[in-house]
Amino acid sequence: MSLAIDNPTLARPGHYSPAGVLRSEWTKLRSVRSTTWSLLATVVATIGVGVAATATEANRWTHLPLPDRLTFDPTNLSLTGLLLGQLAIGVLGVLVMSGEYGTGTIRATLAAVPHRGLVLAAKAAVFGAVALVVGEVASFGAFGVGQAILAGGPSPHASLGDPAVLRAVVSGGLFIGLLGLLALGLATIIRHTAGAITTFVGLLLVVPLVLQAFPASIRDVVARYLPANLGNAMTSVHPQTLGMTPLFSPWASFGILCGYAVAALAIGGWLMVRRDA
Amino acid sequence: MIEARNLTKRYGDTLAVRDLSFEVQPGRVTGFLGPNGSGKSTTMRMILGLDRPDTGAVTVNGRRYHDLPWPLREVGALLEAKSIHPGRSAYNHLWSLAQTNDIARSRVDEVLDLVGLSSVSRRRAGKFSLGMGQRLGMAAALLGDPGVLLFDEPINGLDPEGIRWVRNLLKHLASEGRIVFVSSHLMSEMALTADHLVVIGRGRLVAEMAVEDFVANSSGHFVRVRTPRPVDLGRALSAQGAHVAAEADGALAVTGLPAGAIGDVALAGGIALHELSSQTASLEDAFMELTHDSVEFRGEESLPDGDRESAPSRPSDHADARRPLASAGK
Repeated sequence: MSLAIDNPTLARPGHYSPAGVLRSEWTKLRSVRSTTWSLLATVVATIGVGVAATATEANRWTHLPLPDRLTFDPTNLSLTGLLLGQLAIGVLGVLVMSGEYGTGTIRATLAAVPHRGLVLAAKAAVFGAVALVVGEVASFGAFGVGQAILAGGPSPHASLGDPAVLRAVVSGGLFIGLLGLLALGLATIIRHTAGAITTFVGLLLVVPLVLQAFPASIRDVVARYLPANLGNAMTSVHPQTLGMTPLFSPWASFGILCGYAVAALAIGGWLMVRRDA
Repeated sequence: MIEARNLTKRYGDTLAVRDLSFEVQPGRVTGFLGPNGSGKSTTMRMILGLDRPDTGAVTVNGRRYHDLPWPLREVGALLEAKSIHPGRSAYNHLWSLAQTNDIARSRVDEVLDLVGLSSVSRRRAGKFSLGMGQRLGMAAALLGDPGVLLFDEPINGLDPEGIRWVRNLLKHLASEGRIVFVSSHLMSEMALTADHLVVIGRGRLVAEMAVEDFVANSSGHFVRVRTPRPVDLGRALSAQGAHVAAEADGALAVTGLPAGAIGDVALAGGIALHELSSQTASLEDAFMELTHDSVEFRGEESLPDGDRESAPSRPSDHADARRPLASAGK
């Protein structure tokens, strides 16, 4: 029985590096089935809902009142499915971290890489990049299919060359990527799959419902900060309003959403370093 | 060398480890013994920097774990069975760990082969038995060919063949000059595997010594004597300062005199002996005695409620452990 690959007492120069940790996180991400299914669900949900929304609108067009026709935003309409896609990517963002805590893998991970901030950063980089790419695929796919459906009907449709359309479609992918990172940050804070998914879904779906109980003056001002409305602003070609309150500009919305993701990851990272694994 | 200095760790109201200091030297298997809940796993986690001690420090080869440049190449650890995502294959689990420390892909195949998991390495680990999970954990520990190895209850869930395999592996690793630190609550196993012992009870160091010394120092030494004239012999031995007790089967249990002196006393009195054998307490008995004392000692200190961990229970399912380690004469 020979165990030695080299002399165990021989000091090896250097230090474990971010590159190795990134490669490791990539291996972990691609080697579980939940990744494939969640990413597939993100794309299918985003495109599927986009198909339904554009087909419905194409049929209704001739009956639409004039104000609705004037504010009609074919780009934004075809990206409606992002609101469902964000849930699928969020589940994966949670699982990427909570899966390690739930199974005990986190101890092997942190024994291999004691620098916890590096572990979280590598996870966020790898998963964030994958979520962004898949988000762009979903966004461009939904736009392409949606505009093809609209082009077959009486309503106007958009093309990527039109003003602000490319920005809106690219933003759809950014939205998915950032929501994924927000979920990853929440999971790092909460560490339990069920708790983190519940919190994520609650933030996206329940908070807007609760806001309905407040007077419009308060509701709309607060609602501008909700991820869904930030995403709506980012993916719109025509400026959108909540009642009388205008949404943030696309880039301001992007900035706020980045702030959410960074804040969740920063708090998660701070707790991760402080807590026992 | 692993060097723990005054480690204390509290979880809420529970004092898991208390002022624990010990050293683990290379070249021998050091057993880390204690009843369930005595703080073994907590100590292991502190060595690996997973849990932070409230006070004290632990170093590996003079450095804190956090400061090791290539942790997996220096320290390998089996913490708990199946700390692996059930959907991930054994191969990908090991490969992802190898990548963090720039360990070659070929080494993954090597350790899989070593633990006998090559044929199932591409299967999802969720389908693994507990024993296979332990073997995978051993493979992960050996991945970086480290000079320091920590194994937390490595034989849990293994069949007899697997237990023997682990036993030989631990000895082999130690014989190569590595530090091998293995926790267990099974004294019988440590008797066969370990050279040196660190014994804890209720988070405190109870003993740190060679296995033989551990047994010798326990008060379980006695000489078993059978004679047709037990009363006469008993009197004669008592006169020499020995303590004599009757065993259930009519034999005498003599303490305070070695077997040779007892034989001399019998000869002098003209008393026939049918049996004269030195009995050594089993490691299990010695351990029970030590940790039992520590529990009683600790109990007097009116600890908070949360500290009432499971007291050492006599593992009746390891009855074979109770047979004497050595017996001489007959």
